[in-house]
Amino acid sequence: MSDEAARLAAFRKDIAAWIEDACPASLRGRALGEDSIVWGGKRWAFAHADQKEWFDAAVAKGMTAPMWPTEVGGAGLTRPEEKIYREEMARLNAPPPLESFGLWMLGPALLHFGTPEQKAMHLPPVVRGEIRWCQGYSEPGAGSDLANVQTRAEDMGDHWLVNGQKIWTSYADKADWIFALVRTDRSAPKHKGISFMLIDMASEGVTTRPIRLISGKSPFCETFFDNVKVPKDYGAGGSAIVGELNCGWDVAKYLLTHEREMIGGGARGLLGGRSMGEFIGSLEESVAQDPVIRAEAMALEVDSLAFALTMERYKDRAEGGKGVGDASAMLKYYGTELNKRRYELLMSASGSAGVEWDGPHGSLAPEWLRTKANSIEGGTSEVMLDILSKRVLGMPSS
Amino acid sequence: MSLSLLETEDETMLRDAARGWLADNAPVAALRKMRDAGQAFDTGLWREMAAMGWSGVLVPESSGGAGMGHRAAGILAEEMGAVLAASPYLSSAVIAATALQGASEKLAAIAGGELVYALAVDEGTKHAPERASLHADRIGNGFRLSGTKVFVAEGASADRVLVLARTSGAAGDALGLTLFDIDAGRAGLSRTAKATVDSRDHAELRLEGVEATGEDVVGDVDNAMAVLAPALRAGQAGVAAEMLGVAGGAAAMTLGYLKERKQFDRTIGSFQALQHRAAHLWSELEVTASAVAHAGRMLDADPEAAEMAVSLAKARATKTADLAVREGVQMHGGIGMTDAYDIGFYMKRARVAAEWLGDYGYHAAKVAAARGF
Ligand SMILES: Cc1cc2nc3c(=O)[nH]c(=O)nc-3n(C[C@H](O)[C@H](O)[C@H](O)COP(=O)(O)OP(=O)(O)OC[C@H]3O[C@@H](n4cnc5c(N)ncnc54)[C@H](O)[C@@H]3O)c2cc1C
Repeated sequence: MSDEAARLAAFRKDIAAWIEDACPASLRGRALGEDSIVWGGKRWAFAHADQKEWFDAAVAKGMTAPMWPTEVGGAGLTRPEEKIYREEMARLNAPPPLESFGLWMLGPALLHFGTPEQKAMHLPPVVRGEIRWCQGYSEPGAGSDLANVQTRAEDMGDHWLVNGQKIWTSYADKADWIFALVRTDRSAPKHKGISFMLIDMASEGVTTRPIRLISGKSPFCETFFDNVKVPKDYGAGGSAIVGELNCGWDVAKYLLTHEREMIGGGARGLLGGRSMGEFIGSLEESVAQDPVIRAEAMALEVDSLAFALTMERYKDRAEGGKGVGDASAMLKYYGTELNKRRYELLMSASGSAGVEWDGPHGSLAPEWLRTKANSIEGGTSEVMLDILSKRVLGMPSS
Repeated sequence: MSLSLLETEDETMLRDAARGWLADNAPVAALRKMRDAGQAFDTGLWREMAAMGWSGVLVPESSGGAGMGHRAAGILAEEMGAVLAASPYLSSAVIAATALQGASEKLAAIAGGELVYALAVDEGTKHAPERASLHADRIGNGFRLSGTKVFVAEGASADRVLVLARTSGAAGDALGLTLFDIDAGRAGLSRTAKATVDSRDHAELRLEGVEATGEDVVGDVDNAMAVLAPALRAGQAGVAAEMLGVAGGAAAMTLGYLKERKQFDRTIGSFQALQHRAAHLWSELEVTASAVAHAGRMLDADPEAAEMAVSLAKARATKTADLAVREGVQMHGGIGMTDAYDIGFYMKRARVAAEWLGDYGYHAAKVAAARGF
């Protein structure tokens, strides 16, 4: 064995021992429904003591953000180490100790574009789950055509005055801060007058109104900005604007590649954490043997396994955990379409037991409905295919 | 296991070298020429491939091979698939070389390109090794083989044939099978070349009282699977890689056409309906490329545990090649239907390769079984 292989083998042993020790047995193997996620934030309440115990242990070791640098509270793992960490987490059925938009989206953008002050102010609270962020991109007139955002920020000398409306803001009513795309130059072409702004949701003039989804839940909101004063400078925390003024589109796009990679990856290990084999095994015999259901289950298993390998291959290719760039559109497209197929199979195989809001399969029906958003949120499948055909395949524009 | 699927520098060099050589020496035009001449493959070309070490890709250096391993073998197969290069590479250098592990002299002859092998396994219309019923009856110290094998790749031109025969048990039993290594000229063996749509060599073999001795048995009597299973896995991974190449070649030809063909005063590649289909195809290719690389890596790292990885690759490659060639013909319009244009060759090879060594359903079921259902 090479030195590196020996080192990684030792790492695997240590990290597995740590997970076994730090993650209480009660959390392991539990279904990974939306309700069991730890999101963090000022108003966060843990569901039970075991959840908090695991979270605290992970924060202390930086393992809520395994690949982030240790200066901001991360664990500073290399890519091979992080891969082993995830493999061991999966093997031991341990849930992620913390998930958040701060970890998935804002963090990577700040690590890339942020000033040292911005990183020092915003990243450690994300790692520690103290501040929960939401994403203020979409507006009623700016969905797929995101660069059409109209929410504006006027320069008032020492502060910005923000007015406008965002929509589909996930968890805006539970978030502490929002990263928003605002127009700072209305005379510039639409991609050139946007800035990426960090705003405290507790600011006067910010209000949210929940919107109910077809799944019956209300995780997203309309978010209104009514003469909201945003300091230009958060003291030692640096500017409210990430990246250059009027260059927010670059930050926005970079963040989206991370968001898309993350959403695409969500297609793995679903079925409420159950494997396809266990799922088929749990069905009534006549259903488990149904040739149509079996054929689709096999096809899904083939595609899911190959997709999971692709996810790893892309991550291996991305240098130093920097993200996979435009190819994230493929992961997002493929992973979300796969996930929707998976839930269609789950529903049809569950038969009449699947159509109850809270039946023998628990929250299957709402989860199934929720998956329909996978190919819309973070950029629709059609937009992903546009990106791939233009930027990856070099197809001519009309 | 965290095997990296990224190509090493050596692998990329091998790929680039193979691509360059194949473009010059074995473009699709070469296949067309051979088809028109009624020839299945070009022996001169195969000798040149042998000189580059391709026929010895899986033969250890101690037996005169290049010992490059299965991932490298897959890279070569993929590049050959991309230009539809016809050769006995998979039958001889991948399958037979794996089945004959340890038989130093034969391996040396395979590596040298002097001996071309074929594998005769199936008797029905679908791949099913354990259903073999061609029988080898014990006569004194030897055997007498009678029966028919179909869809034998390189069957008409091979010098030697690995024949799967039943020495005990009934069709359907995995045990009771024996693998024989028979000279193609042996008395009682007749071969009928079949004109398959891909213009490659596929033959039906009839054995009528073909005599064999214990010397001709590969591995142990009644236990062919011990040597055949690894050979089949190697071949399946190889044909999956070839099909990935076929898919990639068809897709590249189609993308090129989308950027060049004009209708309604614009290039047809500017139509979103076609762009999205092209992008979808590209996505499927990327996902399949991972499965193919993974199969090669698993065969190199842990061949006994590689069965699921191999079936995953063959299943994915079959589906993706099918999509690529169908989209390829459709997006070319009328010209795609002409014999004079090359895209049709891709469709024909993909259909034949889809059936060889297990179709989509065969391999998807193997994946499912490995995953517990
Ligand atoms: C559950 C959920 C959570 C979300 N969370 C957030 C969030 O936290 N923050 C946030 O900012 N946003 C969020 N969104 C918004 C999401 O990003 C947008 O819904 C998405 O970008 C699509 O925009 P739209 O809804 O305006 O649809 P539209 O852009 O109006 O699209 C309608 C249809 O037209 C198609 N279409 C549009 N343009 C083209 C084109 N050029 N070519 C072909 N087809 C096209 C689309 O693919 C779609 O099928 C969320 C959405 C959902 C469903």
